[in-house]
Amino acid sequence: MKLVKKIILTTLLSAMALAICSCDSGNNSEKKYPTKTLNVYNWGEYISDEDDEECGLFDVNSAFEEYFNEHLADKYQCYIKVNYSTYATNEDMYAKITNSAVAYDVIIPSDYMIEKLISADLLYEIDKSLLSNYSNINEDFKGLYYDPEDKYSVPYTYGMLGIICNTEFVSSEDIEAESWDLLWNEKYKGKILQFNNPRDAFGTAMYRTGLDINSSDPEVWEQALSLLKEQKPLLQGYVNDEIFNKMKGASAYIAPYFAGDFLTMAAANEDLCFYYPKEGTNYFVDAMCIPKTAKAENIAFAHEYINFMLSEEVATANALYIGYASPNRAVTESQYYKDMLAFNYDTDFVSAWDVLYGKTKEEANANYPHNPAYKDFYKDESVNIQVLVNTLWESLKTENSTELWVHITSGVIVAGVLALAIYSTYTKKKRSKDYRLRDKEIAKARKMQS
Amino acid sequence: MKKQHSIMRSISAAPHIFWSVLFIVLPLIIVLFYAFTDAEGQFSFENIASLTEYAPIFGLSLELSIIATFICLLVGYPLAYIIARSKPEHQKLLVMLLMLPMWTNLLIRTYSIMAILDDGGLLNTILGTTMHIVGTKGAVIFGMVYDFLPYMVLPIYTCISKIDNRMWEAASDLGCSPIQVMTKVIIPLSMSGVISGVTMVLVPSISTFYISQKLGGGTFELIGDTIERQFVTGAYNVGGAISLVMMILILISIGIMNRFSEGDEGGIIV
Repeated sequence: MKLVKKIILTTLLSAMALAICSCDSGNNSEKKYPTKTLNVYNWGEYISDEDDEECGLFDVNSAFEEYFNEHLADKYQCYIKVNYSTYATNEDMYAKITNSAVAYDVIIPSDYMIEKLISADLLYEIDKSLLSNYSNINEDFKGLYYDPEDKYSVPYTYGMLGIICNTEFVSSEDIEAESWDLLWNEKYKGKILQFNNPRDAFGTAMYRTGLDINSSDPEVWEQALSLLKEQKPLLQGYVNDEIFNKMKGASAYIAPYFAGDFLTMAAANEDLCFYYPKEGTNYFVDAMCIPKTAKAENIAFAHEYINFMLSEEVATANALYIGYASPNRAVTESQYYKDMLAFNYDTDFVSAWDVLYGKTKEEANANYPHNPAYKDFYKDESVNIQVLVNTLWESLKTENSTELWVHITSGVIVAGVLALAIYSTYTKKKRSKDYRLRDKEIAKARKMQS
Repeated sequence: MKKQHSIMRSISAAPHIFWSVLFIVLPLIIVLFYAFTDAEGQFSFENIASLTEYAPIFGLSLELSIIATFICLLVGYPLAYIIARSKPEHQKLLVMLLMLPMWTNLLIRTYSIMAILDDGGLLNTILGTTMHIVGTKGAVIFGMVYDFLPYMVLPIYTCISKIDNRMWEAASDLGCSPIQVMTKVIIPLSMSGVISGVTMVLVPSISTFYISQKLGGGTFELIGDTIERQFVTGAYNVGGAISLVMMILILISIGIMNRFSEGDEGGIIV
């Protein structure tokens, strides 16, 4: 018995010792340097974050950690851990950057927001000499209006707004007209969707009639409002992310949305098609920046991260995952990307390449993208215009928003409840009065008796 | 002895006080601050004054939530009564069934209703019809009723199940017909439950923004949507002012309701 115990004990002990040893040796080779955290703040669903070899995807953030810890750890005397978080709108991001205690090192805002961040002096200049892959950026995306000297930003994705429609229900001549008018077409009453945010909704009306989308003239916005009011009775609703479900399930037939997102919808419903309206449309660029909130010691790592994102492999994975167009030449010129894009997104009727980079680009945007007016970009609005647009948006939402039956029903309910309440207090009072009278009578009777 | 008791009491209250200050009082102060300042942080009444333009939105929110609350009461009271009068072993099961939908998050439930009622949704596909439901006020009211019905049933159920069985017997003995037992004894005795149920449905209905956004199709706005949009677009001051006025309106309406319940058990303040 004793022997058995001894044997068990020794094996256990030796196993433990072995385990400790292996741990130690592992630690020794890895933990030469301290680990530092790089805070990256990006749009949701805006980076390749899954390993899917078949579709050409891999987890970019952990790939960066691996790459850094293997090749750059000695140079910087540390290891890197990426702390990745996401936002839903540019405005959320701006609020977080200006108010939050978290120091983000890399952010990826849109054009007009970059303009705003620059004018608020919230961005560091990016040192291009540290970005060996910067030459991958297509010349078309350099010197854009929001950052004319490319000091503060490195383009990440771009795209355009277009119109998605269901070919089963929308006649081909209406589609071939390639116009914003489709969103105002009475034939499709109740099957048209519109953005549920003022900027994009007003944008559709303004592009349609050739108004300046960045106008500082209240009159222009009023004009756009009257167009939206005219459109309201034809709409099924003002929506945001519900567009995906509604278009996939054919609850609605026509909706304005971004090219990259159309590809995801088309993969689920083959009847969907897409065009860029001939009157011109919104054009956006999202770019990588380093905010001034970044820790000084992290700025070098932020540059490494941005450079990593520009490399062909990583940019390709991101472009394939996101489905938006890439400003990276190394991506768009590679046959592998073309094949994988087709593999991931093409359907019998839709060529993803044509949608993202195809023929319509110059046609849809006569001034793409180098035009002094940049009339297709949203620019940062002045506070006055922001307030005005908000008020106009409200008046659009409240117009004809009440129906008679709502007034009548709620009125009847309130009247009924009030009547009941008054009646019950009345009867209660009467009853208590009766009781008091009776009590008095009883008291009187008792007195008489005594 | 007594002193020790009070020390114990204050120690045990400390976490609650800390919680209240941090998450109730402080946010209220921040709302107050925003409501009475302009974008530069200067004191101003402008936000409050600008609220008149939101009156129609306030009105619509109030009307829709009144209708929803009334429907909840119509459906909820008989249901609560039936549960309270059923056998004790069945009661547990019925209450659990009532609570079952609440195990799923409100947002998910609302989103699924949208998928079911949508123009090309489950309902229309099964029935082969083309009903337009999502995007109407009826859909929003339906969503409110569906989401908040348990809040109506539970307090009424608790109230009715506490009523002594002998009340029924006594009322019948004294010559009440079954209907009179209901109107003269049971309903008055369960009034406090009704009041707290109404409050618990009315308040979240007025301030909801998700239900109206998804089921209302965005074609009209309720006050919750307006507040949300103000904060999302960075207009904290106007947002704060609307929130403040709404809180005051809700407090007033709760106060009025409590007056009507007249102390039976003192209406519950949510």
